[in-house]
Amino acid sequence: MFLFRLKHIVRLGAKSLWMHRLRSILTTLGIVFGVCSVIAMLAIGEGASQAAQQAIAQLGSTNLIVETVRPPEEKTDTSGGQFIEEYGLTYDDAESIRNTIPDVQVVVPIREIDQKARYLTRPEVAIKIIGTIPWYTEISPVRVSRGRFLSSVDLQYRLAVCVIDDQVARKLFAFDDPLGLDVKIHGSYYRVVGIASPPAPAHTTASFGTNPPAAGKTSGVVGSVYIPLTTARLRFPEISAQFTGGSSTREKVELQKITVKADSSEQVLPLRDILDALLDRLHKKQDYQIIVPLEQLRAMARLKRIYSVVLGSIAAISLLVGGIGIMNIMLATVSERTREIGIRRALGARKRDIIVQFLSETLLLTLAGGVLGIILGSIIPSLVAYFGNMPTVITTTSLVLAFGISAAVGITFGLYPACRAANMDPIESLRHE
Amino acid sequence: MAVVDIQKLSKTYLLGSVHVPALQQVDLQIEPGQFVAIMGPSGSGKSTLLNLLGCLDRPTSGRYYLGGEDVSRLDDDRLSLIRGKRIGFIFQSYNLIGQLNVVENIQLPMFYQGFSEQASAEHAEQLAVTVGLADRLRHRPSELSGGQQQRVAIARALANDPVIVLADEPTGNLDSASGAEILVILERLHSAGKTLIIVTHDTEIAARAQRIIRLRDGQVETEHANEN
Repeated sequence: MFLFRLKHIVRLGAKSLWMHRLRSILTTLGIVFGVCSVIAMLAIGEGASQAAQQAIAQLGSTNLIVETVRPPEEKTDTSGGQFIEEYGLTYDDAESIRNTIPDVQVVVPIREIDQKARYLTRPEVAIKIIGTIPWYTEISPVRVSRGRFLSSVDLQYRLAVCVIDDQVARKLFAFDDPLGLDVKIHGSYYRVVGIASPPAPAHTTASFGTNPPAAGKTSGVVGSVYIPLTTARLRFPEISAQFTGGSSTREKVELQKITVKADSSEQVLPLRDILDALLDRLHKKQDYQIIVPLEQLRAMARLKRIYSVVLGSIAAISLLVGGIGIMNIMLATVSERTREIGIRRALGARKRDIIVQFLSETLLLTLAGGVLGIILGSIIPSLVAYFGNMPTVITTTSLVLAFGISAAVGITFGLYPACRAANMDPIESLRHE
Repeated sequence: MAVVDIQKLSKTYLLGSVHVPALQQVDLQIEPGQFVAIMGPSGSGKSTLLNLLGCLDRPTSGRYYLGGEDVSRLDDDRLSLIRGKRIGFIFQSYNLIGQLNVVENIQLPMFYQGFSEQASAEHAEQLAVTVGLADRLRHRPSELSGGQQQRVAIARALANDPVIVLADEPTGNLDSASGAEILVILERLHSAGKTLIIVTHDTEIAARAQRIIRLRDGQVETEHANEN
């Protein structure tokens, strides 16, 4: 019985909507675009925030990253040529942090050097040397897929060993098994003891300023080669020369990064203040910056909330406009079908039956618009992803939300016309026209 | 017992601030199976009486018992139920629903009384056959002649086996041949025992009725029985 009613009502609604095809389509366009924009915006927003969160999470939510930055220029005389600009984090900084700050799990100093590597007589490959300590694996999601990572023995005896990531392995060794082979970097040989998978595509982290200035010219760098920090200190000079317009600048940087891992995420923010105070005392110049991924994560969440509110209001306005358009058309439909309403009332339809009939028709219209909007709204993000090279994520929640919204719009804006239809006097309606 | 029992029924319309009496203290009893014609000049209160009889309107005062039940003070939902179950309407301009075909139009009163789809469809087809539309079951009203449309309307009026059938100028829009066909069907209804109340100007229809009630200025002017 109920099914019959539903079938009857839906068929009737569909028929009368079909009778005014153009009108129905034009009316529902508002909903189509509203729903479409809701889905597209949510997908783009969600994609962006997921990518960013992933990038930040990669840095570790309990990590604090202290980076060397080139201090603001204060000297004017570079013509001397022999001037060495000394700045940045030092081994002493790392030691002080380890010794004075409580609640710290590990302190990992990192030195980064751009170099070229070669295997036998094969072509040279640009790589980035990361001089660090075995606990590097604690603060970075780097995974050793074969062999081992650096050990404390390597560190203690300044052994010439290295762990290469698989991109470097592929590029340098092609089909040879790199384990146990020697890589030539800067005139000396390093034995490969492990192969690591790199943590993440580097470009996502780049936008968060975590690439140190020392590694500024990283174009063409294939991947990373990890060597013991002590070995790096022994074999690579800390003084580098930069030639700009005929004059040379020499600078001395000991460490590019010190990553500090807190015990828990609650301690991250207090730790940042302590760290800042300590380094402020140790450094005369502002040649470091502290990056807190957790803070960025939170800022990101805030940003996402704001973004959602803005997008939400835009979508709400377009749905409101669409809804008003639908109400307008339904009012016209009701007055057009006054006589039909009278007939139905004479044949035993209660007010409720009339309300249900017109409400279903509106609902049918908005849900059709909703479905169309969902289809369109699912196409747009994939176009954006394809042409705009932006990640997009369509969540089921957004689909359900869009469907719910179109239903809500249908009920909200259909109720008044339906009630008006139901409250018409049957005698008057029968006499209409 | 009378199927329609009207006691001192009055209806007053409010036009602006003026009360216009449309029907004044009308008493009327109609026995089951009677064929009654209501006549009178325009403005005599025919339509008002018909609307009250059809439970489309409520009287200002007086009582209306339909099949023994007082329906003069019911609320809108109850009146809708009475209309759907106990009253069959036949209109001058047929009043079929254009989007529905013949069977669906006849189904409509059953739909509102909660019949199942299959039962109502079977019954509707049966009714369509009895009014001679066996070969037009799936046609739309716009594909039918006036006479055929009115036959659909008659079938629809009979759908819920009503206590009374009310017809408002049923032949008013038809040529004489179609009108005659409709009359034949109505007479057949009468002989099958239906209570038939027809509002008409047409003396030819009135001549076939058992009783003719003439209204003037909202009151029953004359009433006489036909012997035929």
